[in-house]
Amino acid sequence: MFYREVGQFKTSYTADSQVFPILQDKLAIIAMLVIAYVVIPMAGNDFFITTVMIPFLVFTLATIGLNILVGYTGQLSLGTGAFMGVGAYSCYKLTTIFPDVNIIIMVLLSGFFAAGVGILFGLPSLRIKGFYLAVTTLAAQFFLEWAFIRIPWLYNYNDSGAIEVPQREGFGVILSGAAAQPVTRYLVVLSIVLFMTWIASNLIRGRIGRSWMMIRDMDIAAELMGVRPLYAKLSAFAVSSFYCGVAGAMGVFFWLGAAEVESFDINHSFLFLFMAIIGGLGSLIGCYMGAAFIWILPIIIRALPGALGLDINAATVEHINFMMIGGMIIFFLIVEPHGLARLWQIAKEKLRTWPFPYS
Amino acid sequence: MDILYNILIDPFLQMGSAPDFFLQVLWSGFVAGTLYSLIALGFVLIFKASGVFNFAQGIMVVFAALTLVGLYQAGIPAWIALFMTIGAMFALAWLVERIVLRNLVNQEEIILFMATIGLNYFLIGFGEYVFGGEPKPMIAAELGLPTGSTTFEPFGGILIIEHLDVAAVIMAIILVTALAIFFNKTRIGRALRAVADDHQAALSVGISLNQIWVIVWFAAGIVALATGIMWGAKSDVSFALQIVALKALPVLIIGGFTSIPGAIIGGLVIGFGEKLFEIYWGGLLGSGVEGWFAYVIALVFLLFRPQGLFGEKIIERI
Repeated sequence: MFYREVGQFKTSYTADSQVFPILQDKLAIIAMLVIAYVVIPMAGNDFFITTVMIPFLVFTLATIGLNILVGYTGQLSLGTGAFMGVGAYSCYKLTTIFPDVNIIIMVLLSGFFAAGVGILFGLPSLRIKGFYLAVTTLAAQFFLEWAFIRIPWLYNYNDSGAIEVPQREGFGVILSGAAAQPVTRYLVVLSIVLFMTWIASNLIRGRIGRSWMMIRDMDIAAELMGVRPLYAKLSAFAVSSFYCGVAGAMGVFFWLGAAEVESFDINHSFLFLFMAIIGGLGSLIGCYMGAAFIWILPIIIRALPGALGLDINAATVEHINFMMIGGMIIFFLIVEPHGLARLWQIAKEKLRTWPFPYS
Repeated sequence: MDILYNILIDPFLQMGSAPDFFLQVLWSGFVAGTLYSLIALGFVLIFKASGVFNFAQGIMVVFAALTLVGLYQAGIPAWIALFMTIGAMFALAWLVERIVLRNLVNQEEIILFMATIGLNYFLIGFGEYVFGGEPKPMIAAELGLPTGSTTFEPFGGILIIEHLDVAAVIMAIILVTALAIFFNKTRIGRALRAVADDHQAALSVGISLNQIWVIVWFAAGIVALATGIMWGAKSDVSFALQIVALKALPVLIIGGFTSIPGAIIGGLVIGFGEKLFEIYWGGLLGSGVEGWFAYVIALVFLLFRPQGLFGEKIIERI
C-alpha cells in the first residue's frame, strides 16, 4: 500500500536508471544514513561501536571486494584474507615512510598494492576456472601468510612480529592509534565504506561491470561477443583486491590497533566467503546483510547465556557458536541459496502488493 | 653466480655427499605423500560420485580419529571402539545425505561447496563440544599397530625406518586396491561410476542417487578414519590436522579431480617435492616453505595441464 511506484513518473533516462528509483527507497536510505551518521555516534556506547559497528563495516567492505570477484565475475577465491593482509602491511609501511600524510589517503593508497598482488595471483584465472582456480588462490593465501612472517621488513623488525598502529592525525583529529576516539574511527570507516560501495555500484552498472557479468554467465560466449577475458578477469581481480586491501588496512588501523598474521589467515577468507554467500552472490546490499548476519549473530550467541542468567562456560559457548554458524549456513543454503538479498527482494515484492493479493 | 650455485648445484652436492640422509628424506617424503594421497582419495571419491567438492573431508579425518580415541578413553576396548567409529561414520554419511545433500540436489557447485564448509564448521563445533579441543594421543599400540623402528646402514650411514610408517604405506596400498576393486568389479561400484558420468542417465536406469551418496560418503568416512589413525599415530589427534588436510587440494590439482591413480601420484609428487625442497632449497628462503610449496607446485602444473595429470580433457561448447 505504501511501498509502490504508482504515480512516480520518470521523465528522463537519468531518472529511470537511478540506483533507487522509488521514492520510498530513497527515504529509507536517507533514514538509514541519518541513523548511521547521527543516531549511532550519539547513542551508541564505545563497546557497541568498536566491537559491533566498526568490524561490521570493515567486513562489509571486504565482502564487497570478494563479491565483485565471486558474485559478479564468477571467479572463486579463497585468498581474501591474504589480500587484506597485503593492504594492511603496505599501509603500515607507507605510514612508516611518510608519517605526515593523512592516514586516510594511505589507507586508500594501500589498496593499490593489494590490487597489484591480486592481478599477479589472478593470472592463472586466464587458463583455469572453478575449484582449480580456488586452489591457486589458496597458493596466494599460504604464500602471503608465509611472507608476512618471514620478511621482517614488513613489520619494521618488531620483536613481536606484529604490526602496531602508530598514532596518526588527519584533518587535525587523531584518527588512529590508542588515543583515537571510537566515534571518530567509526565515522571514518563508515564514510570510506559508503563511498566505496557507491563506487562499486556504479562500476557494476557500467561497462566494466557488465563485462564481468558476461564472463560470469559464460566466458566463451562473452569472448565471442567482444569481451576480452584478459581485461575483464584481471580488472575484476584488481578491483576486488583493492577493496579487500582497503578493508584490511582499515581493519588494522581503525579497529584492531595491532595485527599479526592470524588476522589474515585462511579462516578469515572463509568467513568472507560465508558473508558473500549468505548475503547473496551478486548483490551489494547482500554484502551488508551477510556481514551483519555472520558478525553479529555470534556476538548475540555469546551474550545470550549471560543475559538469560545461565551459567555456561566460555568454551562451550564457543563450540555451540561454531555449530550454530555451520547449521545456519546449511539451513540458509537449503531455504534460499541466493541469500538474504533474495529474501529481501521477495519481501519487497510482497510489500508492493500488500494488502491486496493482486494489483 | 653464488645464488645460481646455491640453487642449481649445491643441493645436489649435498644429496651426493650424504646419501643415507637423502634416502631418509625420500622416505619421509614417501610417507607424507601416502598420507596426502589418502586424504585426496576421500575428496576424489565424493567428487566423482556427486560432483561435490567436499571441503569437510579434512575435518572428517579429525572427527573420525577423535571419535575413536574418545570412545576408547570412555572405557571401550580398542577394537570395539573401532567398529563403533565405523558405525558413527555411517551415521554421519546418512545424516549428511538426508539433511544436506537431498535438499540441495541440482544446485550450483558453489552452493554445495559452501554447504560442505558449513558442515565443516558444524563438525568442528560438535567435535570440540563432545570430545574437547585438546590434542589426544592416538591409540596406535592398542589397535595393534607396530611402534618400533628398524635401522638400516646403507652407504655407511644410518637410515631409520619407523614400523608405523611402513604400516601406513601398507594400509594405504590395501585401501586403494580395495577401492579400485570395489569401483571396477562390483555392482555398486559400477553404479557409482554411472552416477559420476551422468546423474540423469543413472536415475533413468534405476540407480538410486540417495543410496549411492550414502555409500560414497561412507566410503570417504572410512578413508578418513584410516587417514586419521595413521596421521594421529604420527602426531597427536588435534584440530590442527585440518590445515594439513587442505594440502590435499594441490594433490588433487596435480592428479585431476576425478582420478584415483591421479590422487595417489599427486600425493607422492607433493610429498617428495615438499620434503626435498624444504630440506635442500628451503634454507635459501628461510624455513617454513612447506606451508605453501605444495600450492605453488600445483600452480605451475596448472599452467601446463589445466585439467591435471589424469583428469579428463574438458571440452567447452556454447
